[in-house]
Amino acid sequence: MTTLEFSHVSKKYKVRGSGDLLALDDVSFTLTSGRTIALVGQSGSGKSTIAKILTQLERATSGEILLDGAPIPRRGRALRRYRQQIRMVFQDPFASLNPYHTIRHHLERPLRLDHVVPNDEVDAEVHRLLERVHLDGGVVDRRPHELSGGQRQRVAIARALASRPSLLIADEPVSMLDVSIRLGVLNLLAELQREANLGVLYITHDLATARHFSDEIMVLHHGKVVEHGPADDVILDPQHPYTRALRDASPNPEVHFSGTGPASSRS
Amino acid sequence: MFRNAKSLTGLIILGVFTLVAIFGDLLAPYGPLEKDFTALKQPPSAQHLLGTTHMGEDVLSQAVIIGVTAGYIAGWRSESLSALTNVFLVLPGLPLMIIVASQQENPSLLLVSTVLAITGWAWGARVLRAQTLSLRNRDFIQAARANGEPIHRIIAVEMLPNLTAIIASSFVGTVTAAVLGLTTLAFIGVIPITNLNWGTILFWAQQNGAFPDYWWWYVPAGLCIALLGMALSLINFGIDEYVNPRLRSAGERARAMRKKGYKVSSGITTVADRPDLLEDSVTPPPPDSPHVDVPGAPVHGDDIGAVTEADQATGGPDVIPAGRPERSA
Repeated sequence: MTTLEFSHVSKKYKVRGSGDLLALDDVSFTLTSGRTIALVGQSGSGKSTIAKILTQLERATSGEILLDGAPIPRRGRALRRYRQQIRMVFQDPFASLNPYHTIRHHLERPLRLDHVVPNDEVDAEVHRLLERVHLDGGVVDRRPHELSGGQRQRVAIARALASRPSLLIADEPVSMLDVSIRLGVLNLLAELQREANLGVLYITHDLATARHFSDEIMVLHHGKVVEHGPADDVILDPQHPYTRALRDASPNPEVHFSGTGPASSRS
Repeated sequence: MFRNAKSLTGLIILGVFTLVAIFGDLLAPYGPLEKDFTALKQPPSAQHLLGTTHMGEDVLSQAVIIGVTAGYIAGWRSESLSALTNVFLVLPGLPLMIIVASQQENPSLLLVSTVLAITGWAWGARVLRAQTLSLRNRDFIQAARANGEPIHRIIAVEMLPNLTAIIASSFVGTVTAAVLGLTTLAFIGVIPITNLNWGTILFWAQQNGAFPDYWWWYVPAGLCIALLGMALSLINFGIDEYVNPRLRSAGERARAMRKKGYKVSSGITTVADRPDLLEDSVTPPPPDSPHVDVPGAPVHGDDIGAVTEADQATGGPDVIPAGRPERSA
């Protein structure tokens, strides 16, 4: 059981010439194994900043992030151990895999970096990972550009799982994919979550899938959490005007039965 | 690389030069007139070619290390490396060489090479830095960082291969510049004229008023310089296609499509009526089947080759309304 506490975190970006940009303003939430929090908001609302801070690609300006009670280590082996616990699936599967390297390389690196399995079992583990994301073992020696978007995102998911993390950040994992395969990838994520009892931070701007796949929904607006609660409550009975606007903006049959919004006038 | 017509041509030209250079002594003693100018022309090219290539490699390693490091490491360290690059960038290479060379009675090739190296690396480093900067924020580098890859591995394993094309081109560019620089020096007469090369041929030709009547005196040397430059450029194109996996398969794909009678440049998405060409999200296509895009199959705006124009026609991947939720039940 792993608990991640994200408490009162703010992030300021220095912008040359025009003062500071407050990307995150006092954001708090708690993510535990087996649960999914959906992080909803429009572009620029700070969703990806949270992902970057959690993966330590950026550092928070203030606030505290505790993984099982311990703050994020600054560097070295301890930081690597932290990163081994929390992995991320990037939004764009076309950009998140190195075009120069084979699928094997992408999956082997985290296995070797974190010494997940003994060296002579790495190859078997690579194939096991591919199997878990329902990819044919034949893709190992291919390069990313030879795969379709859905296949690439599966590889990216397999890579994120390679180090056997307890928490997974999925940063709009299907927004770059074709509509017809989105559900397949989301179902895969849900299935993997159940298997490994992962805690998932599902970043999206898609309220319907947020509701379907998450326990909680957190709505972010200009770096502030404007609404946070159980998924159904947030969707069916939004309190904040921004959430309402967001919900009404999506031409979504799922929201239809709440009886309000433009969706009802569609038929 | 050897199947590529461009690089093959370049390699053949370069190979001929090298062979002539190596076996110049054997080729030389033929006819009386022939003898004069083959003997003058060819043996120097060996020394010439080897000397400059040697120097070019030096330049290359400096440029690569400084450029990539400056690009990846942010902050003041990068800024100072970049400032250093800028200083060297504005050093005028040729005049400096003339000055240095004219200071010495008999400047060695090594000295000239050194000056060329000192003034020549900055441009490559600069270009590399820019490219690395853009690479640095790409998702796959971020992903490697998030996985905890150490910096040296990110630079050497994740970034460098993606820069190979640029490194190769700057290598070839520098070698060409060095050949031209050396030739220019010889032509001006700064380096000793006993040191035979194409530049000295031109020098003597000019000194003796060969222009324009005695064309066989200066045309071969000039042509050789031009040919060598062309050969190096062609090799560069070949390297570019070879090291860039995307360009490579785009070329193969285009060839495969031409074979099947599809016109790559038609700008219309080919609608496949063969189910084996349809993309399957789970099983990979058989290795030989060409990648033909069908409407609805994921396309990528960066992809070069068969799908590019179709992408533009349909608006590329953006055509999928990103925010639309799907029926999730």
